Amino acid sequence: MELIKPGTNFDFVGIRYYAVIVSTILNLAVVLFLIARGGPNYGVDFSGGTVMQVKFKTPPSVSDVRGALASAEFGDVTIQDFGAAGEFLIRLPMTGEETAKAAVQITDSLSSKFGQGQVEVLRVESVGPRVGSDLRRKAILAVCFSTMMMASYIWLRFQWRFGVGAAVALVHDVLITLGALVVMHYEIDLTIVAALLTVVGYSVHDTVIVSDRIRENMRKSRRESMAQIINSSINETLSRTILTSGTALLVTLALYFLGGSVINGFAFALVIGFITGTYSSIFIASPIVLAFERAPAGRGKR
Amino acid sequence: MRIGLVAAMIVAAVVMLVPTYFGAKPDGWPGFLPAPIRLGLDLQGGTHLVYTVDVDKAIENHLERAADELKTDAKNEQIGLSSVSVQNEIITAQLSDPAKKDALEKVISDHFPNLSIETDSSEGVVRARMTKVTIRDIRESALDQSLEIMRNRVDQFGVAEPIVQREGDRDILVQLPGIQDPERAKALIGKTALLEFKLVPKDASAAGAVTMPLHDRDAVTGRVTRSEIKVEPRTLMTGDAISNARPRPPTATQGAHVEFELNPRGAKIFEELTGNNVGRQLAIILDGVVQSAPRINDRISERGIITGNFELKEARDLALVLRTGALPAPVHPAEERTVGPSLGKDSIRQGVLSFVVGGSLVVVFMLVYYKGAGVIADSALVLNVLFSLAALAALGATLTLPGIAGIVLTLGMAVDANVLINERIREELRLGKTARAAIDAGYKRALPAILDSNTTTFLSGIILFQFGSGPVKGFAVTLCIGIATSLFTAVVGTRVVYDYLLSQRRLQTVSV
Repeated sequence: MELIKPGTNFDFVGIRYYAVIVSTILNLAVVLFLIARGGPNYGVDFSGGTVMQVKFKTPPSVSDVRGALASAEFGDVTIQDFGAAGEFLIRLPMTGEETAKAAVQITDSLSSKFGQGQVEVLRVESVGPRVGSDLRRKAILAVCFSTMMMASYIWLRFQWRFGVGAAVALVHDVLITLGALVVMHYEIDLTIVAALLTVVGYSVHDTVIVSDRIRENMRKSRRESMAQIINSSINETLSRTILTSGTALLVTLALYFLGGSVINGFAFALVIGFITGTYSSIFIASPIVLAFERAPAGRGKR
Repeated sequence: MRIGLVAAMIVAAVVMLVPTYFGAKPDGWPGFLPAPIRLGLDLQGGTHLVYTVDVDKAIENHLERAADELKTDAKNEQIGLSSVSVQNEIITAQLSDPAKKDALEKVISDHFPNLSIETDSSEGVVRARMTKVTIRDIRESALDQSLEIMRNRVDQFGVAEPIVQREGDRDILVQLPGIQDPERAKALIGKTALLEFKLVPKDASAAGAVTMPLHDRDAVTGRVTRSEIKVEPRTLMTGDAISNARPRPPTATQGAHVEFELNPRGAKIFEELTGNNVGRQLAIILDGVVQSAPRINDRISERGIITGNFELKEARDLALVLRTGALPAPVHPAEERTVGPSLGKDSIRQGVLSFVVGGSLVVVFMLVYYKGAGVIADSALVLNVLFSLAALAALGATLTLPGIAGIVLTLGMAVDANVLINERIREELRLGKTARAAIDAGYKRALPAILDSNTTTFLSGIILFQFGSGPVKGFAVTLCIGIATSLFTAVVGTRVVYDYLLSQRRLQTVSV
């Protein structure tokens, strides 16, 4: 079977300006959106606080659960539906010693309202404010550090303009993924950051494949223009690109639909990140390589 | 040669995984081979705790003790002190007679090597600062002692395969897999358990007496009441003097209680203390709350009891913390993650389901797209999973839910190497090369891209491992292992098959 017939030659380079404009607008929108709402919604890992996942035998509505907890004094409690029917996430502001008491009180209030044995506490996570800000700092460092490492690796193995292209492409991918997560009301926690770092890895992985072909074709044909070389390189690797992102998407979709509520956000981030990671290798990284080609070449001709 | 290597690795991988398959090492299984793959807390249920040791409090305690000793020494040298206070690692002593400043400074430099005198111009005041070295030593020993005591408590509590270790310069990580009653474990492990004995003044209005909370429980109904009691400020004995403690069931006259034995030094102090104060009340204070204040009926030396109308479970826990000793400084929970057993089971089920479904989709996809070469790529995938799991077992790594996701993900990404090779072979065939030449060129041409692209993903996996904790680390481990094994299976493993087909079967056409 062949999805892409040999000799296929889509004009990817020709439509690069549209792609760059669309991507720039999308990225700006994400940045502005994030600034406007004062950053993404952080999960307890990063903001500190306590989260309880509870499960009811007979699923009540969110407002029923809220009603059951309204009488008790827990401060700023948020309750949301979580994954399977009858599962809820209860978020509390307190941490440390207070958590234990609050967790017991909440279980008691819920059992007295909905009946003994109806409620099961599946998970309790409580992170103190110091650990939270520590983890947030480490997460940002990890993402920045990996971006720099990727860029320098590509710089070393290819040329600096490929490194710039890959770096811009992966910042693009992380931003778009982050934006999608925020729009879909996912909280940013440790596993989401793990997904973002995986997206970084995948995005560069994909860029490397296209870059490798460009490098090879540059050696082979010195007559063609850089634009032509890049375009044919993208077309030659297109079949592989579609296949690999196809299988990667298949497994991440399996995780998204079947992996359960705990890694739902993680899988979602991977789905979005893989799509944009594939897109950016073609429409962001390669045009940047081309853009940096033009200047010195033009000077040479004069 | 290559065939032998691949076959040996398959056999080794299967051997590594035998214990995992049976859930335990079979009888007579060699000891050096790995145990079953360890499941993370998020899969088997359990509690992950990070405690911050309040080292500042330990330093403050040391300074207060030093201040007390300074008062005694000054008194012995007949230097009058109107006040001694402790603040910010500095002891400030106010002299009643400013002329004795030099004498006091001499006492400090002679008796207190851990204090350095601050130059201070104010009249009749001596300030002494705790030296940097001492502070560092106190911090270190507070952490080490806390770690040791918490480890003992966890061991005595009885948890299979717990982890108790230092994290950074003030945290202690405690992991308790498969624990049923996390609240009780937390109460035990994080309790300071400082036991103090103080006399209750004969006259409630006596000068200098301090008010402390009194914990009381009705022996019949179990109702807890909190009242107050006056005690003398001086601590006569602490829990250090206890050599053993055990819980005792309730009797006709009192609830469950704890019986303790004293070490020889403690016995001497206790004998003197009780002998001199027959008829008076002795308050037994645990972490600042008076548990009971029995009347001293007789001189006691080696053993005593602590009553407080406890429940038997409480008495058992109290005996445990007394046996393991008091923490040198209070600890505060900084992070706590508890996963119930049913969520863990759900996670395993869902993880395995997405693995099976995702994996099958990829396998079918490759078959449809590449036919013959697809079969080879699919066998590489199966080998990849086998090797990944074997590596997990061999490294003693922990499998977490994100870890399972990592394996599922490598399934999707591992095909990339095969895809790159197969696409190259197709291109070479189109150029009119023979099967052998196309395969050779395909592998050779695809290799740089495969190596470079996998290196970058591997690098991001390493960063993730450095950054992450628990489940995230599990993901990083499976991701990195998956990349390594997929490189091997795709580049070496599939090549073996082609070599065999080319040389033994005189393959003329490639099904790709």
